[in-house]
Amino acid sequence: MKLKGSQILLKMLEEEKVDIIFGYPGGSVLDIYDQLYKSKIKHILVRHEQGAVHAADGYARATGKVGVCLVTSGPGATNTVTGIATANMDSIPIVVFTGQVPTGLIGNDAFQESDITGITRPCTKHNFLVRSVEELASTIKEAFHIARSGRPGPVLVDLPKNVMAAETEYDPATIKIRNYDVFHKSAPKKMAQVLEMLSHAKKPLIMTGGGVILGKAAAELTAIARKYQIPVTGTLMGLGSFPGTDPLWLGMLGMHGTFYANMAVSHCDFLLAVGVRFDDRVTGTIETFATNAQIVQIDIDPSSINRNVVVELPIIGETKATLKDLIKFLAEHNYTPSSSERKEWMQQIADWREKVPLTYCQNEKIIKPQYVIETLHKITKGDIIVTTEVGQNQMWTAQFFHFDKPNSFISSGGLGTMGYGLPAAIGVKCAFPDKQVVDIAGDGSIQMNIQELATAAQYNIAVKIVLLNNGFLGMVRQWQELFYEKRYSFTDMTYAPDFVKLAEAYGIVGLRATKPQEVESTLRQGLSIDKPVLMDFQVSREECVYPMVRPGESISEMELGTREMIN
Amino acid sequence: MEKKEHIISILVYNKPDVLARIAGTLGGKGYNIESLCVNTTTQYEISKIVMTSIGNQTTISRIESQLQRLVDVISVDDLTNVESVHREMILVRLNLAEDKKEQIKKAVDVNHWKVIVSNDNYVILEITGDKAQIDLALARLEPLGIVDITRTGLVALELKS
Ligand SMILES: Cc1ncc(C[n+]2csc(CCOP(=O)(O)OP(=O)(O)O)c2C)c(N)n1
Ligand SMILES: [Mg+2]
Repeated sequence: MKLKGSQILLKMLEEEKVDIIFGYPGGSVLDIYDQLYKSKIKHILVRHEQGAVHAADGYARATGKVGVCLVTSGPGATNTVTGIATANMDSIPIVVFTGQVPTGLIGNDAFQESDITGITRPCTKHNFLVRSVEELASTIKEAFHIARSGRPGPVLVDLPKNVMAAETEYDPATIKIRNYDVFHKSAPKKMAQVLEMLSHAKKPLIMTGGGVILGKAAAELTAIARKYQIPVTGTLMGLGSFPGTDPLWLGMLGMHGTFYANMAVSHCDFLLAVGVRFDDRVTGTIETFATNAQIVQIDIDPSSINRNVVVELPIIGETKATLKDLIKFLAEHNYTPSSSERKEWMQQIADWREKVPLTYCQNEKIIKPQYVIETLHKITKGDIIVTTEVGQNQMWTAQFFHFDKPNSFISSGGLGTMGYGLPAAIGVKCAFPDKQVVDIAGDGSIQMNIQELATAAQYNIAVKIVLLNNGFLGMVRQWQELFYEKRYSFTDMTYAPDFVKLAEAYGIVGLRATKPQEVESTLRQGLSIDKPVLMDFQVSREECVYPMVRPGESISEMELGTREMIN
Repeated sequence: MEKKEHIISILVYNKPDVLARIAGTLGGKGYNIESLCVNTTTQYEISKIVMTSIGNQTTISRIESQLQRLVDVISVDDLTNVESVHREMILVRLNLAEDKKEQIKKAVDVNHWKVIVSNDNYVILEITGDKAQIDLALARLEPLGIVDITRTGLVALELKS
């Protein structure tokens, strides 16, 4: 059967079971949009290409499937770069299709030409420029396969206009591609070493990261921790991979980690690190990180191992299969921890937890941002999907919303992209229309992709925005308060729109709370409306996120904030 | 840890931008490529890249795993610690100035250098050898007045696989 390139593209998307595309049209992709007009694949018209990529990324994080977007050449393509870099840092599988000028014009500085494969080479897992219609089908198949296999990541496919118009024979049955899957090999010797280390450990600790969520290994990790009563801490990206309401959970570690998680890492004698890459926000100074521990690191990507922290025992493999092997091995060899030693260790952690709990000063007059998040958790019983923006809002969410399930906390970790949360929430809600999806936002970040309110309104994508409005670029202001003697250089955001009116102008619902007594009712009201809702919480302006490890310090040295919160 | 030159042999799919990816990956992460040699193998779809980079074992291991992540990279081997042969080649042009003519002719004879072009005005020599041999040749050529020179990157082959 002879088909045009644009038809083959849509056929291949169907083959890949793509049900939704986030996109924005333009001259170079007119042929593709003409095919979409007749297609049963759903297309969401965003208001900015960055929003399309974040939406596809949110969809991917919530479902574990590949997210897809489609944009035009030149500025359409360059507008995707922040979104692609965001997905790349967090290893999120998406495929971005960009239009391109006809092959004959490439290199001529043609109208709306950009070398998008060159531009995105360092921030994609891989990218392709499709030079002829004959290679189109296999390239698309390969793109999806690369995005989801091994350590996942974004793949960009650049589609010149003439390739979309050209015709060729299409037969999906004959498409062959290279295989990039990693095949699991069991490593019994390494398992024996883990057992050996664990048997000698008096203070074991598990550290869970994004790789556990991406590798769908949360159940296995949870099983090990519970069976052998090993406490668990996690990175930002690992939130939800171990139940946040389990007594073994110590909360996040690192720069804004809990006191007890950071103390536990600093004092543990055995650390099982799964699906983490020891980012500097997590480790503090490398020289003082987990110095008392023998570290076992399990990761699918060899380049994540020994990059920052040098470990005793690296195990390269899929997190799920490797943890399964470990469960079996420990059971077969009857590993039983000494209960008295374990008791002592748990007591030590309980003491730390009692000394400096995760808390904040309640206030009767003014809304505390942490209180909004706690109340949201209370009234939803945690059973929602949360996206965040970046800054204090993100850190408080990580601290005060206890995520019990994987894929329920969706946030830009590695790149820290302000403006991520709203479009990501739109993507999540498209995947799970019946689920409550909430973007916990900051007043600075939300304005970076505020235009996506129109997208939510147009399709009635009923996302809820919980805006922690402090009138500041709060996290930067916090650094200025702590490290620059309160010289608030260009972080005051009081000049902002009236967010309730803005919501209404976009055709969605706007609500506002100014007093603590209004928080719960506002949340309840907002969550009950089956439309997009923006809830503007006017929170205390100069609240800081604590604990805080000063950059370049050991994570056992934390700023704890006002003494009144310490028992 | 001791810093030294490592010879890394990389098999890649012969795609239009594979070299840009490799150079970009290393450059972007702050690793330096000292020398580089690329060509197709007996199969046109597969190329071999031999590159050298100076670093300690940790740095080199990182380079290897960064390269291994690239989709078009098939394999990466550090040849530094396996038995292998190494060659580089130089092409040099020497002017046959009146006062140097005899000296140059003698040096070519004594060193068994290969003359590939020779006319009244100049000679072009082709010299291959391992790094030490090339460096020695260069030292001997120096007084003869090198007008122009091209030196290849290093190529290497393991003795047995
Ligand atoms: C695109 C982008 N630009 C700048 C930054 C630097 N930055 C990090 S947090 C932050 C402040 C965020 O302010 P807001 O969204 O109001 O959140 P808050 O910290 O007040 O909760 C800034 C500017 C960033 N992370 N991303
Ligand atoms: Mg703010």
